[in-house]
Amino acid sequence: MRRPRRPIFLARIPYRRRRLRDAARLLPVFGAFLLVLPVMWSPPDAGARRLSGDVVYFFVIWTLLVLIAAAFARGLSAEDAAGGSGPDDGGGDDGGGDG
Amino acid sequence: MPQGAAGRTTAEEMTAGGTAEAMPFNLLVLACLAYVIFLFSVAFLVERRARTGRLGWLRSSLVYTLSLSIYCTAWTFYGAVGYAARSGLEFLTVYLGPTLVFIGWWWVLRKLVRIGRQHRVTSIADLISSRFGKSNSLGVVVTVIAVVAATPYIALQLQSVVLSFGVFASRTPDGFTPPDAAQTAIWVTAGLALFTILFGTRNLDAKEQHHGIVTAIAVEAVVKLVALVAVGIFVVWGLAGGVGQMLDRIDASPLAGWSMQPGRWTGLLFLSAAAVICLPRMFQVMVVENADEGHLARASWAFPAYMALMSLFIVPIAVMGLDLMPAGSNPDMFVLTLPLSQGQGGLAMLAFLGGFSSATSMVIVEAIALATMVSNHIVVPAWLKLRPAAALAGDLRGLVLNARRVSIAAVMAMGYGYYQLSGGSAALAAIGLIAFAGVAQFLPAMIGGIFWRGATRTGAMTGLVVGFVTWAYALFLPSFGPDAVLSASLLAEGPAGLSWLRPQALFGVVGMDPLTHALFWSLMLNATAFFIVSVLTFPGPVERLQGAAFVNVFDGPSSGPRRWSAGEAEPEELLVMAQRILGEDEAQSLFESAARAQGKTQSLLPDPTPEFLSELEQRLSGSVGAATAHAMISQLVGRAMVSVEDLMALASESAQIMEHSAQLEAQREKLARTAGALREANEKLTQLSVQKDAFLSQISHELRTPMTSIRAFSEILSEGDLPPEMVARNGRIIHDEAKRLTRLLDDLLDLSVLESGKVSLTLGLANLREMIDHAVQSAEQVKPERDFAILRDLAAENLFLRTDADRLTQVFINLISNARKYCDAAFPELRIAVRVKGGRVVIDFADNGKGIPKEAQSTIFEKFTRLPNESRAKGAGLGLAICREIVANLGGSIAYLPGQRGAAFRLIVPLRLDRRAA
Repeated sequence: MRRPRRPIFLARIPYRRRRLRDAARLLPVFGAFLLVLPVMWSPPDAGARRLSGDVVYFFVIWTLLVLIAAAFARGLSAEDAAGGSGPDDGGGDDGGGDG
Repeated sequence: MPQGAAGRTTAEEMTAGGTAEAMPFNLLVLACLAYVIFLFSVAFLVERRARTGRLGWLRSSLVYTLSLSIYCTAWTFYGAVGYAARSGLEFLTVYLGPTLVFIGWWWVLRKLVRIGRQHRVTSIADLISSRFGKSNSLGVVVTVIAVVAATPYIALQLQSVVLSFGVFASRTPDGFTPPDAAQTAIWVTAGLALFTILFGTRNLDAKEQHHGIVTAIAVEAVVKLVALVAVGIFVVWGLAGGVGQMLDRIDASPLAGWSMQPGRWTGLLFLSAAAVICLPRMFQVMVVENADEGHLARASWAFPAYMALMSLFIVPIAVMGLDLMPAGSNPDMFVLTLPLSQGQGGLAMLAFLGGFSSATSMVIVEAIALATMVSNHIVVPAWLKLRPAAALAGDLRGLVLNARRVSIAAVMAMGYGYYQLSGGSAALAAIGLIAFAGVAQFLPAMIGGIFWRGATRTGAMTGLVVGFVTWAYALFLPSFGPDAVLSASLLAEGPAGLSWLRPQALFGVVGMDPLTHALFWSLMLNATAFFIVSVLTFPGPVERLQGAAFVNVFDGPSSGPRRWSAGEAEPEELLVMAQRILGEDEAQSLFESAARAQGKTQSLLPDPTPEFLSELEQRLSGSVGAATAHAMISQLVGRAMVSVEDLMALASESAQIMEHSAQLEAQREKLARTAGALREANEKLTQLSVQKDAFLSQISHELRTPMTSIRAFSEILSEGDLPPEMVARNGRIIHDEAKRLTRLLDDLLDLSVLESGKVSLTLGLANLREMIDHAVQSAEQVKPERDFAILRDLAAENLFLRTDADRLTQVFINLISNARKYCDAAFPELRIAVRVKGGRVVIDFADNGKGIPKEAQSTIFEKFTRLPNESRAKGAGLGLAICREIVANLGGSIAYLPGQRGAAFRLIVPLRLDRRAA
């Protein structure tokens, strides 16, 4: 099935929405990086690292992720309500198979 | 949770260790009962409101988010502290993984929820079976995996409740004899089963939602959060003395020696992220019970926040527990024993209720989710297979509900049985992550199913079976310990001495801990088998339809291709069947609205059109699952299901239609063009006919004037008796008039020859200046009395043309004569400019008169055209027409040149005219 042609260039507000979606998609990727990062820190035996520091680090990251996700969610759900959920989202574009 | 580390102590040992200032056991039971009755009434009231449609804030995103908290079971409430005490911060992965999934909701969750709502999915088994062609066998496999993975998990919850009872029950100052652990377990199980059956199988709702239970679970979510946070605050500010000192104590505790294992850390993050999507109970609250897609946006950050709060005090509690509690106490119970040991009976009570809430909410939802799967994919299909007539005759609503009730009881009984069998063994505590790894086997089929149209049923089936077998062999069965299920020798040396098949070191991989190892291999083999088999097999028609509908779910409502090709079913039979499942009212209103939509005003029964059949199937699948609904309808409709040929025909049909319409469009354009051309031709013909008439009348007029005078004078002459001078005058007049006639006829002949293109040209080289000289001289006899200046550029004129010099000179004469005749300036002058441009000579003749009026410019080259108000004109009006024809015959063009001051003509002739062009 060929999808209906979509415009190549967008006005300012739809453009912003698209970029918000991009940001929302990338957030978990950044989050995963930050959560796996401590793996590469020096082991605790070296003395330079303290468990309390780790605890604080994880909860700070956690809080940040929650706050950013909250900021995104407002815009994303407003967009959904406005019927802006275009066909380009959800990654469903890879309709490889038949049809 | 590392295996074999937890639950080493029984309840008795554990509380004997604490300085338990135990609470009266009957008070505990009383509190429990009161709490349960409270939950009952909440669920009951909400159900009643739901039935009258006054749910209001009960369907808010807050309730949705709180209901998601069943992810945090008793394993979180009690187990996380124990986990932290043993493995440091590793417990965080269990909550950080889901955090990533939720803040990335735009990727997967949003699509899952949309699919779930659009296809009325009733469970994760239904989702997978529906995606892969409504295959019931796939549903059965998913159900079996889910039950196998979840049963021990339910047992774990029972155990935690029993353990927490045990903490309180150790001392019985009032002489009340507490029941033993087994008895507690059986009471708890029975109570939970009752609650679940009462509220979980009330109605066979079209969308499988249980508002009462969801609200009760939300209440429990608040209780467990408040309880854990209260204990945490007590520990940090009450026992440790503030945040700073708490951090110091953390650094000083045995936990500080914990070191992060990269493989395990990453693997667990991934595992918990996968589990939060795949766990049947999470799917139930997240997708099935979702009332509004907008709630997901709120939950995307609110649920991670909830988990962060739940985890915030885990480390402090573990640290303080290790610090304050005597050595050997069970860290799994620190949440309870720590407040108790400090004499905080009320706080301990709250913590107990929190743990109780965690366990019960999880068990209830899990039981509902599993029971839906078991009844929809195993019991009902089996029943229909055994008694095919039952689809029409039997009371299916009752059957499905009863199947569900029995399934709930069976699931609970299995959980209890597992608990009894394992006897609260050490293995139980590790079962949380093992169950996660079990349900994570759904991941490839699920994610592949909603993002990849090439995924096939056979591929999904192979992947699931391979993953499940690997998981069972490498993780689940060995978790019972050596010689429990798998013999110690098999564990150590592999089956039949094949060391590369050792369950915990498959293919010689020994560097990983058993959980990561099993997760790695099971998912690896699962995904590989899924992919390879999918690529190699060919999907059936329903499969392909469903695949397209799932993958492209955001492309608009399910207006996709029809699922049924033709309706051979009796509408009445369909109605009877629908009534058995949906209930009379709902089925009748569904049929009636469909009939109205089809334009039937009298009848209740719609025609069994493909669209109606699809709609009916979707409604039925909300109650009994997609596979069963599909099977039931196909039973009635017969072989009206789509085949691959139908699909292809449909596709080529629509392609043909598109092509056809494109052709039509092209033809229409062509027709429009032809019509335009015809219209133009017609106008031209009309014009020509008018011109011809005008020409004839002109010519007769032109001929008659000299003829009249010739006739008149010849009459006079024939009368005789005229004086000779009179005769001579009359003869001259007759001669002049005859000459004029001849000239006119010559011109006309010339014109007709020129127009027909049969003129013979005498080509030769000629000098342009000589031709113009000649023309100027010849034209001098026109109005010889006027002083007429001719401005020329002799140098430019000096060029040789290959053309018919006489003809061209004729044109020049005509143009110059016209200028002499009509230029009305006081000092008339004519400018002749010559340019050579691209092999052509451009000659402009421009005088300084008043020019030719605009409206006449277009007609001056027509025959018999005379300028209006030009009374002096003597010619027949053929001059310019002849000029035009001559120039055309010489391969050039002549045009009026506007924009000069006076009348101007531009003549363009080729420099070299070859005979061909003539």
